[in-house]
Amino acid sequence: MYKYNDFDTAFLEERNRQFRAQVERRIDGSLTEDEFKPLRLMNGLYLQLHAYMLRVAIPYGTLSANQMRQLALLAEKWDKGYGHFTTRQNIQYNWPKLKDVPDMLDALAEVNLHAIQTSGNTIRNVTADHFAGAAADEIEDPRPIAELIRQWSTDHPEFQFMGRKFKIAVSAGEKDRAVLKAHDLAVRILRNDAGEIGYQVLVGGGLGRTPMIGKVLNEFVRQDDLLPYIESVVSVWNQHGRRDNKYKARIKITVHEMGLDKIRELTEERFALVRPTFGGADLALFEEIKAHFANPAFRAGDIDAYQAAYDSDPVFRSWADTNLTAHKADNHSIVTISIKAHGQTPGDATAEQMRVMADLAEEYGYGELRISHEQNVILPHVHKNDLPAIHARLKDHGLATANIGLISDIIACPGMDYCALATARSIPVAQEIATRFDALKLEHDVGHLQIKISGCINACGHHHVGHIGILGLDRAGVENYQITLGGDATETAAIGTRTGPGFAYDEIVPAVERIVLAYLDIRDSEEETFLETYRRVGMDPFKAALYPAVEKKVA
Amino acid sequence: MPRPFTPKIITANDLLEGDVIYYTAADTWTRNMSEAELIEDEAVSQLRLLEAQKDALTVVGIYLTDAKAGEAGPEPTHFREDFRRTGPSNYRHGKQEAAANV
Repeated sequence: MYKYNDFDTAFLEERNRQFRAQVERRIDGSLTEDEFKPLRLMNGLYLQLHAYMLRVAIPYGTLSANQMRQLALLAEKWDKGYGHFTTRQNIQYNWPKLKDVPDMLDALAEVNLHAIQTSGNTIRNVTADHFAGAAADEIEDPRPIAELIRQWSTDHPEFQFMGRKFKIAVSAGEKDRAVLKAHDLAVRILRNDAGEIGYQVLVGGGLGRTPMIGKVLNEFVRQDDLLPYIESVVSVWNQHGRRDNKYKARIKITVHEMGLDKIRELTEERFALVRPTFGGADLALFEEIKAHFANPAFRAGDIDAYQAAYDSDPVFRSWADTNLTAHKADNHSIVTISIKAHGQTPGDATAEQMRVMADLAEEYGYGELRISHEQNVILPHVHKNDLPAIHARLKDHGLATANIGLISDIIACPGMDYCALATARSIPVAQEIATRFDALKLEHDVGHLQIKISGCINACGHHHVGHIGILGLDRAGVENYQITLGGDATETAAIGTRTGPGFAYDEIVPAVERIVLAYLDIRDSEEETFLETYRRVGMDPFKAALYPAVEKKVA
Repeated sequence: MPRPFTPKIITANDLLEGDVIYYTAADTWTRNMSEAELIEDEAVSQLRLLEAQKDALTVVGIYLTDAKAGEAGPEPTHFREDFRRTGPSNYRHGKQEAAANV
């Protein structure tokens, strides 16, 4: 894991000192809210419905056990005992007081964490595959590139006041677990025919009001060209992107309006100017960063204890079947800890749960944790023989839910329970869907099905790429929920299609149930997933199940 | 045709605590919506908004929002304001927690 050097530490201390002084000046009246707001947003501090909210970056989703413990400390000392992990690998605290925020930032700095550029019209927290460094299908660990981009983008003078925010994701697997095609810019690490490692660069993806799937801008950028190439793309967009209308300011609109070829041409022109200004310091830094991400020494040893538990304990077996992923090292597994117990708020963990996960990482997981955009926590490297002990501890703390990839593993934004932008609630809808399908005892029969819920059109809950997407709106002063089907967040990314009229708050859970029961009815085998069935049969059978009365009238 | 004026209250968030507050007829701020001033006249509402904005150094995001007269004072007409005066629905935090601790 990356460890701060003296420069990083000094930079963060200085930045925190500046923000502390800015907060003081706001409180004593020397700064107006109009002057203060852009400053607080640069440091991740929002004002929401009921309180301030501090959004802390978890760069590329990687945490050490100590960092997780510090997040628990913040939750306990300055919040209400919990934190909310988000779809962009951040953690949000929902109840800080303005005066306490500088102390919270200092506490984060003690463990090399910060809230810089988690808001505002800047390059945001760089996200990555949450199985980075552990996945069996990856070409190389994408985190050194993500860290390089983090350092380059942090306080980059050209990119502090852009027309809008800019989100970057990095991944290196055949499978896309980082929703690359929904990002302003994405880097996919690959090998060319000559076997050299390089980067495919995608641009113009994004969800929100105008959802777009990212397009390949460059099939293969050489390793030494990557940073100047990214700088050129952001620079072109920063210059040509629209500033007259914030809803048309993101690069997806620039790409759509100007065309991919034009953006490519402008990027090449810009690159010719930018490339010579990179004198190789970036490459030296990259080499240095890479050393921080060396694999731990994976331990050898048999897996007897794992096999015995798997054969004898059905609860353990069910959890192992659902929550484990293949690891690149022998006899190891990637463990996804569900922080979505049925009926709980997706993505929330209490301070105690955070400490338990930190302890497990330290005792069994080489000290590492990850946060996924799917709002779960990951122990990336675990020897299989340790799994029964881990499972037992997780069970004691409400963390052993066996639902990864299933219908109750729901992404939900905070919605109108917290967010000032929301038009409807999303958390209670997620809670009720999970509770309902748990009661029906259907979710393991249903299998892989991703539900994603957003409480407004900005789509923090990724509803467009949910197999079943739910969008909460305000229709004439009443919460109303639109459903989309067929969205896909992976390498075969797709935007879901709206089923038709929306549903009232008390109708949305039964509506989802009708869709799922229809799927069970029409799938051609137990192996055919929801998405496969949808792709085979299309919208009509689901529409018939959703709107029976309307169908009858037409008939 | 312009829409007829509906009664309003003035609300904002407190600078230090960040919580929801309401403007009263006595030019003070309260944490209880039922103590807010219900403004029935459009011209008065604009004037009162200007007066409330004099406190912009200690109060953030001041705006007018619809409300109706209830038995104990103003009540929300929209669910957003109902959540703001209560708290989130997943935990009993926010104003509902404060009320429970009285």
